[in-house]
Order: sequence, then structure tokens, then C-alpha cells
Amino acid sequence: MDRRSRIHADSLVGWVALVSEERLSGDLALWLVVLLELATFGLGFVAFAAMRGAQPVLFAAGQARLDAGAGAVNTALLIAGSWACARGVAAGPQQARRWLMGAVAAGLGFMALKGGEYARQAPHLDVEASAFDALYVGLTGFHFLHVLAATVVLGILAVLGRRVSLHALETGALLWHLVDLLWLVLFALVYLWR
Amino acid sequence: MSPRRINAVALALLAATALGALLAGGLPSPKPAWAAWVVAALSIAKGALVALVFMGLAQAPPLWRRLVLGWLVGVWLAMGVAGWLGAATA
Repeated sequence: MDRRSRIHADSLVGWVALVSEERLSGDLALWLVVLLELATFGLGFVAFAAMRGAQPVLFAAGQARLDAGAGAVNTALLIAGSWACARGVAAGPQQARRWLMGAVAAGLGFMALKGGEYARQAPHLDVEASAFDALYVGLTGFHFLHVLAATVVLGILAVLGRRVSLHALETGALLWHLVDLLWLVLFALVYLWR
Repeated sequence: MSPRRINAVALALLAATALGALLAGGLPSPKPAWAAWVVAALSIAKGALVALVFMGLAQAPPLWRRLVLGWLVGVWLAMGVAGWLGAATA
């Protein structure tokens, strides 16, 4: 093989090796759902920002009612859940159970805190008259349902234990990471960005 | 992915969350405009870490990485423009 052919062959081998190392973690179907969820929440986020620009006094009053400290704790819980999921995937199906239980605990903690926030906010909410209240309840409520779904999925994977495949483990973790990613934008937009 | 790297990313995310909350809560109202943009930048940085490390997009085909990171940056840009347009048309 002459020098030029060898360089070409080496490049090809390197390219194939590079491509073969690239892989999506989790099921492709869930990745398509991830894109759909990002688009859906994205529209909601943009609507919130536009309405706040149009009604700054109403939104400032609404945001002042929110407890940013509790929101930060909820952020920490979702990050802790993501950490536990990532450690569970890294540990593999044989040792993932305790990590998944940790993520489930983080999900339950998030929902308990958020439930308490809804209970405190309920007397002040008027979703028909206030654009802030409608978007706050719509965005955080929709996200809450996603946390619930991710917690249930991780709980099922934890119960199944060692019978779970690495693919299923990665897919369950991906659902949680999506919930975390969405919250990182939602928390900054609704609680902090004033 | 090594456990040490996962731990480091989680700690960085928690530190950035604390910084954002302190920034938003510690400054007197009305808050300066730069504080809002720091909050947005922290949100983008944290989201990128979650996407690249926890979701595994650092090792994924570039198209998927671009789609998710593009959404992250694009949605903040769109929110900034939407807020400005909303204020301009109010």
C-alpha cells in the first residue's frame, strides 16, 4: 500500500471508530419525546416572558409571592436525583437499585415541597383573571406531572432491580434528566428572572 | 462516565444554583438588568452540563447535541426577545 492509500485507510478507520463511539444514551423513541417536550415547554416559556413584558406589575407581584428559597431546594432535589440516576447508570443494572431509590426519594421530596407551595398559593390564585397565575399553574403543574411520571418509572425500575437492562436503565434516567433540564430553565424564568 | 466526574458535575450544579438564588434574593429591588442575564447564563450553563454529562450528549451524534444545546440557548434568546416585544407593545 502506498503512502497516500495508507493515510486514506487510516483516516477511514479513525472515522469509523469515532462514529461507532458516538451513541445516544437511552431509547430513540424517548429522545423523540424529549424533542417534543422541549418544543412544548419552550413555547410556554416564551409565552411567560412575553406576558411578563406586557404586564410587568402583575408579574412582579406574582413573582414576589413565590418562595425562591423553596424553589432552590427543589432545584437541588432534582439535581440530586440526576446525580443518583447517573451514578446508577454508571454502576450498571446489578448495582443500580439503591441509586434509583435515591432518585425516587428526591422526586417524592420535590413533589412534597411543590405540593406545599401550591397549598400556600391556592388562596391567592385566580387562573381566569391573572395571566401570571394561569402560566404559573400551567407551566409548573405540567412539569409536576412529568416529575410524577419520572418518579413512577424510576420506582418501577428499582423494584425490577437486577432484571432491568442497561438500555432500560439509561432510558429511565433520560426521563429524569429531561425533567431536570426543563426545571433549570423554569426555575430561573419563573422564580429568579425579575 | 466515571463516578468522580458525575460527582463533580453535581457539585458544580448545586453551587451554580446557590449562586443564582443568592443573586436573585440578595440584591435589593428593583434588581439591575445584569442580574437577570447572569441568572439566564447560569441556567444555560447548568442546562448544558445536564445535557452533555448526565444525558450523555457529549458522546452522542453531533445532531442531537446541537438540537438540545440549540434549544437551550434559543429558548433564552426567544424569551429575551419576547419580553422586549411584550414590553414594547404594552
